[in-house]
Amino acid sequence: MISLIPRKDIPLALTVMTPIIAIALTLIVGAIIFATLGYDPLQALYQFFIAPVSRPDQIGDLFVKACPLIIIASGLVFCFRANVWNIGAEGQLILGAVFSGYVALTFPGLPGWAMMPLMVIASMLGGLLWAMIPALLKTRFNTNEILVSLMLTYVAALLIDWIVRGPWRDPMSFGFPLTKMYEDAALISRIELPGIGYLGQLHWGVVGALLMAVGAWFVLSRMLVGFQVKVMGAAPRAGRFAGFSPSFVTVMVLGISGAAAGVAGMVEVSANIDQLQPDISFGYGFTAIIVTFLARLNPLAVIGAGLVVALAELGGDSAQIALGMPKVVTGVFKGILLFMLLAGETFNRFRFEIRLPRSAAVKLTGGQN
Amino acid sequence: MKKFFTTMVAGAFAAVSGISAAVADPVKVGFVYLTNPGDHGWTYAHEVARLDVNKHFGDKVETTYVENVPEGPDAARVIRELARQGNEIIFTTSFGYMDPTLKVSKEFPDLKFEHITGYKRSGNMATGNIRFYEGRYVQGVVAGMMTKSNKIGYLASFPIPEVIQGINAFALGMRSVNPDAEMSIIWVNSWYDPVKEADAAKVHIAEGADILAQHTDSPAMLQTAEKAGVHGFGQSSDMKAFAPKAQLFSSVNNWAPYYISKIEQMMDGSWSTGDGPDHWAGNTWLGMADDYLVLTEFENMPADVKAAAEAAEAKIRGGYNIFTGPFSDNQGNVILKAGEAYHDGNLWNDMNYYVEGVNGKIPG
Repeated sequence: MISLIPRKDIPLALTVMTPIIAIALTLIVGAIIFATLGYDPLQALYQFFIAPVSRPDQIGDLFVKACPLIIIASGLVFCFRANVWNIGAEGQLILGAVFSGYVALTFPGLPGWAMMPLMVIASMLGGLLWAMIPALLKTRFNTNEILVSLMLTYVAALLIDWIVRGPWRDPMSFGFPLTKMYEDAALISRIELPGIGYLGQLHWGVVGALLMAVGAWFVLSRMLVGFQVKVMGAAPRAGRFAGFSPSFVTVMVLGISGAAAGVAGMVEVSANIDQLQPDISFGYGFTAIIVTFLARLNPLAVIGAGLVVALAELGGDSAQIALGMPKVVTGVFKGILLFMLLAGETFNRFRFEIRLPRSAAVKLTGGQN
Repeated sequence: MKKFFTTMVAGAFAAVSGISAAVADPVKVGFVYLTNPGDHGWTYAHEVARLDVNKHFGDKVETTYVENVPEGPDAARVIRELARQGNEIIFTTSFGYMDPTLKVSKEFPDLKFEHITGYKRSGNMATGNIRFYEGRYVQGVVAGMMTKSNKIGYLASFPIPEVIQGINAFALGMRSVNPDAEMSIIWVNSWYDPVKEADAAKVHIAEGADILAQHTDSPAMLQTAEKAGVHGFGQSSDMKAFAPKAQLFSSVNNWAPYYISKIEQMMDGSWSTGDGPDHWAGNTWLGMADDYLVLTEFENMPADVKAAAEAAEAKIRGGYNIFTGPFSDNQGNVILKAGEAYHDGNLWNDMNYYVEGVNGKIPG
């Protein structure tokens, strides 16, 4: 019988070494797979990890790809710390995009200083309201937030689909399901670095994402609400004795993560797509769950985890372009990387013990007598 | 038919190979795919054409493709990366790549971009399309003669001009041989979703349809038809292997002559985005007469139906405009009187109705 025993004190060296070992194992397993399939393993690994960040503009694009993941994961950290399982960030993201799109498309004449803040507020409101559905159903009727939030994702996808095909469709789009293009004031511009110029598609939303991760860290580690979240997650009974309300915490963390996902939707559309279309997110809401766990529910680590996952994504494209490696193979490799990192995390937090089952032990002694 | 086409193209190949022999460095050509060649439909047809490009040019070109590229910000990044990797002409093979292609084309004014099925262009971005609806007219003729229940089931993807053109062309073909036949549309709201496509096919069959047609990409509808013992048509590529008894024929998209001619134009400097009011729907918008759309062998049908199908095919190859009056919409309003005909611009701007024989109304 193998059992997992939580480690009381995790040595710092182990914490540092775990991801390094995990990545080393990924490289070895990956190299074996690539070689078996007939690709030069060194070349393949180069395409995955080095080629996608070998030019300054690609580094910019890496941050752009990680941007929605970092924003969503910064919010999900609150939920998962409080043991509230919001699986519906994808839907909250869509609602954020729809609400901010309402502002951008209904008031196209707004000046930039009014447009951007209004769009951000609208996107937060959209994501928050969508997250309130599982929150209130949970606190009021004790429904399962995993199911409710997940299923609302599909409702959200159908909602935006209907909106861009019907009421908000651009009359000049020849029936294609697209809204009008946003006005410039509603678009997030690229960052022009002094002396360097543009860094790929690097845009101001990325700065916002980094600020949100830092903000989430500050709230969780330095403010009372952050403490409440942690206590309610780790020891709900203790929390109740301290006078914290579980319902309040549930509503709050779902609200925070919903609003964050909503902002991610707004940023993704305003920085990269420039208009609403049936598909605006490509699983960011789900990928961000992996990012959150990869970051060990630490908002600052979310930045690094988001970049790692984004790199794996870009590496897959680069391996396809340079080596003709099929997408399924790149997907498998990405899976191995995440599996190793999460497995390493488990080894880090728990130690393994192999024990004989008690009944077997009894029999054993009985036999000796 | 296929054989005819092969000899045609082979002849063309022989004629032009002398010109491109002078090029020393291989010209790099990039392709962006929506799904992967394993879809046995849309992307598969593009992959077949890419391999034809390789065969035709030999070591004079080097082709690269990226598969499963979502129609969003990732598309711009992938197209940009292909541009940076030295691809001189890049084909983006789905409607949703329109704005990303436009964006990147402006960043790389020295490169050439070809967007499939869209309507936006720039100085170095052209568009290309196939007259898919021509094959659907022939399908309609076959369906109208084959049906016993007078009910035809049709799977549609999105209510965009290309799809409406296809529905109406099918209905005009159907009504030209059978004034009692009617077709019903189920909107799958996807180009490729085998599960939904199979479900929609089952609904059509349950409602009495004995002939199925599709404007979606997977062979799922034909597989369902095969099991239920009804007939149908394949789309984009030959789907006979999935439904040997059910497939009447497939309309196959043959992109090879388009790719080859555009690459040759780029090599000899004659590449252009073209213009003209009727051509915005596609600089290159050709059909059966030019072998851009190829029909597979007519099978699983009686001799008289086969003869009618061959006659319809020959008529279109001879330049017949399918959208020639008289015909009315399904509300009874006369659209075109005898002797009137649509030109290409009408097909994109004015076709916001179903013709007689189609049930229901266009959603949205």
